[in-house]
Amino acid sequence: MDRIPILRMGQFLLVTIQVDLYDRLALELEADLVKMVSKTGAKGILIDISAVSIVDSFMGRIIGNIGVMSKLLDAETVVVGMQPAVAITLVELGLPLKGVYTALNVEKGMDLLKSKVQIIEDDEIDAANDNEDHLPE
Amino acid sequence: MRLMITKIISLNKDKMSIAKEQDVVPFRNRVKEYAIKIKMSLVNQTKLITAASELGRNMLRYANGGKVLIEIVSLGRQHGIRLTFDDQGPGIPDIQLAMNDGYSTGKSLGLGLPGAKRLVNEFEIKSELGVGTKVTITKWANG
Ligand SMILES: Nc1ncnc2c1ncn2[C@@H]1O[C@H](COP(=O)(O)OP(=O)(O)OP(=O)(O)O)[C@@H](O)[C@H]1O
Ligand SMILES: [Mg+2]
Repeated sequence: MDRIPILRMGQFLLVTIQVDLYDRLALELEADLVKMVSKTGAKGILIDISAVSIVDSFMGRIIGNIGVMSKLLDAETVVVGMQPAVAITLVELGLPLKGVYTALNVEKGMDLLKSKVQIIEDDEIDAANDNEDHLPE
Repeated sequence: MRLMITKIISLNKDKMSIAKEQDVVPFRNRVKEYAIKIKMSLVNQTKLITAASELGRNMLRYANGGKVLIEIVSLGRQHGIRLTFDDQGPGIPDIQLAMNDGYSTGKSLGLGLPGAKRLVNEFEIKSELGVGTKVTITKWANG
């Protein structure tokens, strides 16, 4: 039984979609990713779709779901490498890829994820510092 | 005899059945082969195949599958691909409503029909309750 492999890179998960997914494979990927995020506490998911030539509403919905569910588990999703023809088609189809960020390639996507996680960590540190400031003497 | 130069002529055709989920990817690949044969641009290929994927999925989901006729057609010097999706499902009670963005009886996004229409050059839908639904789309190579 084939499955899309998920690689773990530090606090991120990396998925490279090499083939046009049929539905069961896409649904399994969605479930696997969500499980993996909750198990590993990953802070980000990077999905490379540069080899995908067709994103229809089904596939788009799966990507959107991954974004929404990972957000609930406190992780960000970045989709990278969307082919220009696919991007044009998605706009005309009317499919908003809600809840996911997009970047040109894996490198830029990683930078984006790192910056998102950084911002969240900074906020948490600020919040912690604020608390200290307001501690009664 | 008078020549009708505006008539669409079918040059080459193929029929595929879509009965299960796994049939969708091979069907998309066949459409792609046809589109490449007539040198359709990549963006137009992508639009056509995406529209085809939506309509194929609808057939599976709402009508338990059906058949698709794939044709290379020509109109004057233009070449295009025409796909005819034919099912014997329940039919669509209100086509105008079903063509609206966001209308879905399947708790989905309701984008398939209106989106497919936007992606092609010609779109025709006929449906009869209890008989079935027939959707015909045409995409010109350079349309
Ligand atoms: N072949 C068909 N037979 C019967 N009903 C259909 C068929 N195709 C579409 N419909 C009806 O038309 C509605 C709209 O179809 P459309 O493809 O636009 O949206 P959807 O399939 O519900 O959602 P999406 O395509 O965005 O996942 C469907 O919910 C369904 O009720
Ligand atoms: Mg649909």
